[in-house]
Amino acid sequence: MDANTKVMVQGITGREGLFHTQQMLDYGTSIVAGVTPGKGGEIISDKIPVYDTCKAALEVNSIDCSVIYVPASFAPDAILEAADAGIALVICITEGIPVSDMMEVRAYLDNTECRLIGPNCPGVLSPGETKIGIIPGHIAQKGNVGVVSRSGTLTYEVLYALAQKGLGASTCVGIGGDPINGTNFIDVLHLFQNDLETKQIVMIGEIGGSDEELAADYINKFVDKPVVSFIAGQTAPPGKRMGHAGAIVEGGSGMASDKIEALMSAGALIANHPEEIPELLARKS
Amino acid sequence: MKLHEYQSKRLFAKYGIPIPKGDVASTAAEAVTVAAKIDGNVVVKAQVLVGGRGKAGGVKIAEDKAAAGTCAEKILGMEISGLPVRKVLIDEAVDIDTEIYLGITNDRIAKCPVIMASAAGGIDIEEVAVDAPEKIVKEHIHPFLGLKNYQTRNMAVAIKLPERLWKQFDDICQSLHNVYTTSDATLAEINPLVVTKVGDLLAVDGKMVLDENALDRQGDLEQLRDSDLETVEENEARRHGLSYVALDGDIGCMVNGAGLAMGTMDIIKHFGGEPANFLDIGGGASAEKVAAALRIILKDGRVKVLLINIFGGITRCDEVAKGVVYAIDEVGVDVPMVVRLVGTNEKEGRELLSSAKLSTASSLADAAKKAIALAA
Repeated sequence: MDANTKVMVQGITGREGLFHTQQMLDYGTSIVAGVTPGKGGEIISDKIPVYDTCKAALEVNSIDCSVIYVPASFAPDAILEAADAGIALVICITEGIPVSDMMEVRAYLDNTECRLIGPNCPGVLSPGETKIGIIPGHIAQKGNVGVVSRSGTLTYEVLYALAQKGLGASTCVGIGGDPINGTNFIDVLHLFQNDLETKQIVMIGEIGGSDEELAADYINKFVDKPVVSFIAGQTAPPGKRMGHAGAIVEGGSGMASDKIEALMSAGALIANHPEEIPELLARKS
Repeated sequence: MKLHEYQSKRLFAKYGIPIPKGDVASTAAEAVTVAAKIDGNVVVKAQVLVGGRGKAGGVKIAEDKAAAGTCAEKILGMEISGLPVRKVLIDEAVDIDTEIYLGITNDRIAKCPVIMASAAGGIDIEEVAVDAPEKIVKEHIHPFLGLKNYQTRNMAVAIKLPERLWKQFDDICQSLHNVYTTSDATLAEINPLVVTKVGDLLAVDGKMVLDENALDRQGDLEQLRDSDLETVEENEARRHGLSYVALDGDIGCMVNGAGLAMGTMDIIKHFGGEPANFLDIGGGASAEKVAAALRIILKDGRVKVLLINIFGGITRCDEVAKGVVYAIDEVGVDVPMVVRLVGTNEKEGRELLSSAKLSTASSLADAAKKAIALAA
């Protein structure tokens, strides 16, 4: 993804939509259209046309990616609308979508060409090129570390820690904190493994589910670039949801220690805290 | 959000799942009244949202209404795993032939609900899953197709249910699936589902957990929340749009972002300290939210130090600093504070705080160590 990626913003006239559209424009993202039902015809920031529907936007614009800032009760509908209109990549920032809605969305999307990132994610940042979502652009440098994370501000912390030590990210992908999402660790690891710009990988996980364990298995078999990981929630008590809908240790599974063990067996280095990540990367390069 | 056995069973009954005759009681006198309406023996069951009620003595058989009253009196005074028993369920005691496990939950890997059955009913299914996973049969439920007849048949045959019960079993599975989807549940369990000596299926126990993210559209069910499960602070936090979990330590934490909040707890532990809580103030961080967060954390008398870790991306550090200063005035903080503000407008933020005489730190590790030193 780069400065040429043409982006559409769903929910552009809402409070979050307006604010983040300006932030993305300031960074250099190419935003070509917005969608808010009922606000078709408006213009945002003097140049972005607003449409009533994704279909209408696509009649006149070529769009590579849509980013969604729409409340939880309307977000599943927005995702499906974008997919049906033929958009190849949808990034959903929204937190709080009921899990049953996401199971339906995922079941539908699996039969389309559309890839979803999120929901409940900060989006994607390609430093120096484009930012699609809410990751603060100014904290990250351009470099060759691929960063993939389930978290929001913890991801920013890591990008900042890298920049402090002169390291930069090739691309940063936030896959989000929900239990059912569009893109998992393996999906992104696969892309990083095949990306010429990415020489090392940082994976930020947390308690809940088994995405990190599945990723460890994938790393073992298919990833030869060095991987450094931090898993948040070692001190989380079992049975309690720690903020993110997907961050919960249930029935003895989803524990941070299991994830750490799996990743270590796959050859990944584990940081005890985010600020350790740059030195671990230095060790492996 | 967890539902009690009696709440789950009432919902099951609404959807056509057969349950024992019975009702809930909050006093011994009420228990006697309920038992009087039931012929034969009754079971008096503590209504608490933890497992192991039987082992703790919270489930007793009573032969008549007087005995039911005595049992209820005893059980209603108990605490099981720290939770007070406020209600008991009085059910008709049933002669059991066999016990089956039946449950529906979400499979995160398959990304759809999964229905599970086992002939090893009446015991902890998580133990069975570890010790003898082959005893559990599973069928994944496609979000669009729903639960098909052949799937319940597959399960019935696998758990060796006699053919004359297949129709009843299918009906119960379909009803369980209905209540699961209509209530936005993340777990619906009948353990045990029994074959009675008379030869029919009956749901002797029931458990449901609802998706917190869906409660907005489950107004009636949201009313059923048991506030005993949360501390007063956790409840208050939820009402302010904060995420709060109480822990055991003495270093209070206020952080923006769930992952970063978990990471902050982890780093405190790593350097030898004990976090007192998890608290995510989310994005925005208005003065009122910060004040509410501080108030909640400081209600815990064990807190000796307050660590504030804010990474300002969209959230501006000077806005957070203003909120902290306002909150200190409003709330009256009498424990030392370590504030770490990084990101947008961090310089302005730190300037505002230095005039408020707070300890600041620039790295997370530094902040954690300072807090630990102050708590010692």
